[in-house]
Amino acid sequence: MSEITGPILAQTLTTGILWGLMYALIALGLTVIFGVMEICNFAHGDFLMMSMFVAYVFSLPLFGLNAIQSMPLNIAIMFVVGIIIYKILIKPVINAPPLAQIFSTFGLLVFLRGLAQFIFTADYHSVEKLTFVGRVDLWGTFLPKPQIAAAIGAMIMFAAVYLFIMKTKTGWALLAVAENKQAAALMGIDSDKMFALAWGIGAACVSVAGALLANFYYVFPEVGAIFGFLSFVTVALGGFGSIQGAFWAGLIIGLTEALAGTLIAPSFKYLVVFAIFLLVVLIRPRGLMGHAS
Amino acid sequence: MLCVNTNKWGKSGSLVIIFALLVSLMAGCGSSTPAQPAKPAAVKEVKIGTIYPMSGAAAVTGVELMNGIKLAAEIVNGAYPDLDLPLAKGKGLDKLGGAKVVIVSGDHQGSNEKGMSEAERLITQEKVVALLGSYQSAVTATASQVAERNGIPFLNDSSTSPSLIARNFKWFFRTTPDDDTFANNFFQFLNDLKAKNTIKDPKLAVLYENTLWGSDVGKAENRFAKEHKYNVVSDLSYPAKSTNVASEVQKLKGSGANIVLQASYASDAILFMKAYKDMDYNPDAILAMDAGFIDTEFLKALGKDGNYILSREVWALDLAKNKPLVEKINTIYKQKYGVNMTGNSARAFTAMMVLCDALNRAGSTEPAAIKKALEETNIPGTQLVMPWKGVKFDPTTHQNTLGSGIIVQIQDGQYVTVWPWDSASKPIIWPMPKWSERK
Repeated sequence: MSEITGPILAQTLTTGILWGLMYALIALGLTVIFGVMEICNFAHGDFLMMSMFVAYVFSLPLFGLNAIQSMPLNIAIMFVVGIIIYKILIKPVINAPPLAQIFSTFGLLVFLRGLAQFIFTADYHSVEKLTFVGRVDLWGTFLPKPQIAAAIGAMIMFAAVYLFIMKTKTGWALLAVAENKQAAALMGIDSDKMFALAWGIGAACVSVAGALLANFYYVFPEVGAIFGFLSFVTVALGGFGSIQGAFWAGLIIGLTEALAGTLIAPSFKYLVVFAIFLLVVLIRPRGLMGHAS
Repeated sequence: MLCVNTNKWGKSGSLVIIFALLVSLMAGCGSSTPAQPAKPAAVKEVKIGTIYPMSGAAAVTGVELMNGIKLAAEIVNGAYPDLDLPLAKGKGLDKLGGAKVVIVSGDHQGSNEKGMSEAERLITQEKVVALLGSYQSAVTATASQVAERNGIPFLNDSSTSPSLIARNFKWFFRTTPDDDTFANNFFQFLNDLKAKNTIKDPKLAVLYENTLWGSDVGKAENRFAKEHKYNVVSDLSYPAKSTNVASEVQKLKGSGANIVLQASYASDAILFMKAYKDMDYNPDAILAMDAGFIDTEFLKALGKDGNYILSREVWALDLAKNKPLVEKINTIYKQKYGVNMTGNSARAFTAMMVLCDALNRAGSTEPAAIKKALEETNIPGTQLVMPWKGVKFDPTTHQNTLGSGIIVQIQDGQYVTVWPWDSASKPIIWPMPKWSERK
């Protein structure tokens, strides 16, 4: 077999970091929702799928926008979708047993996947207008341009969400509701509004991920299954509800996957990712940066 | 930040139990009736049973297969003096007093149990003299078991699992080449290229997805590589449905392989092609085991980037260039069903023809006589719409020994036959151009 040379290692690390940032960005919305209201949204991957389809639809000749141009629309649409889903589906089960919550978001997953298949068929689609086409060649290390854009987008989103929660009044209100719903209500914070906002932000975050991903990944109804699964692992590894945790966990997963694939064997790459995940969960059940309950 | 509450998830164990219950509830059951020996059908008509997926996920394929069979029955029953096919010229089966063949269609919906119960029904209630089926290898396995038990010939047209003939059934016959033959074809093809001096130092990478199908293909390819003395520099299995395949492509690049034998489903095939381009991997050729690479999605998603891929195939419409019979049959087919024939309809058509030919030579509807006639089948390649040398069954396995696949190449967004050389409609493009040299 091949020797591990400097250029191969450089390429592996670059690939790992680029994909890691993507995984982190996808997990961001999930961790925000969980952090505020402790409901795990099993349909998270399908929110991603939905936003990718939004990008796809806007790229059709009728609109002719590329995924980046349609991103503001995508964010707006998904923000509203997030709030609507909260109002219709999540609000009734807030105080229900966890099993009911699991089933409601799981049912949403089945519904969204079925709906996408009904409208778009099970085919693979590609966004018709592409931007950032091609790749950058850095001394033999290839960086695909759409992935560089996605990585930059991910870092911007993390900074924006972090600043929003830490530096704005609304962000503090979200934190207060997350900390203690009753106490927050006494301070005049409407928890219902905050929950709706969390769902809106969660869906908007994943819509950014979807738009950036659609720029280099094909769109099909099952696409959420692969990425959704990894986003749960990311959130659990980083700590449920932790934003910084999701960022670092995403990078760890991306790098582990790339290194295990290159140094050991591609068929073991997820095995190593999950082994690390299990190890962290065993030693530190709350995840890398999660707070103890 | 925010917070966590771990004990909330303690109950999720019960979720597993509920799912397990649901799954066990969903497992269907097939009814079975006691077997009776089939009585010979009336001489005016001969009933042939078909068991295909006419509904469910593979229904589209089922319809293609049935159209092929219906067309064959029509050619046998009607008079087509200008076709060089067995039984085309006269009406009906001449040695059975001009009896007509009648198709009794069964639907297995892609389920093994349904396949069995449909075989039971067709044999015991409809009294068919022979069965054709069943596309999915797993269903063929169960349905043909029923035929074996009842002593009724079962002719298989389109299931390619090598394990089916390893059973050495007495009543099971298969016309289509299987996955082993197809894997072997790759090396015959490479040998042919070597003989033409097109390739000098082939270094192979065997790349396959890690589910049952991919692993089986990988195993077979490694075995044949050894047999034909090829240098496999990289034996690489990868997890199906990965989010990215960057490390796989890096492994390939690092191994120095210049010919990639690849077995992938559509989503992975597209992902790999994008990664090859992104990471500037330029092998001389990618030889694909059909599946994802001949899926309609493949070219739709990749456009020009899908060009130059080589894939094995069972059949292609451009075989007509060297075989006028293909054109003639396809014209009739298109008139009747509005679309061109496919590898599936062509193989089903061929199997039905082989069966009718045997029935006629048997001159009887007794199962044993039909079996004997099938064993003596010897149809030359010129009388087939397939790119085979003919149909002749192995005495013990009952596998058609003269079948082979073809190799197609995507040229300007079209799949064209490039191998065997005498079936080729266009010359092969080898090596494939580097990514940087493509427009």
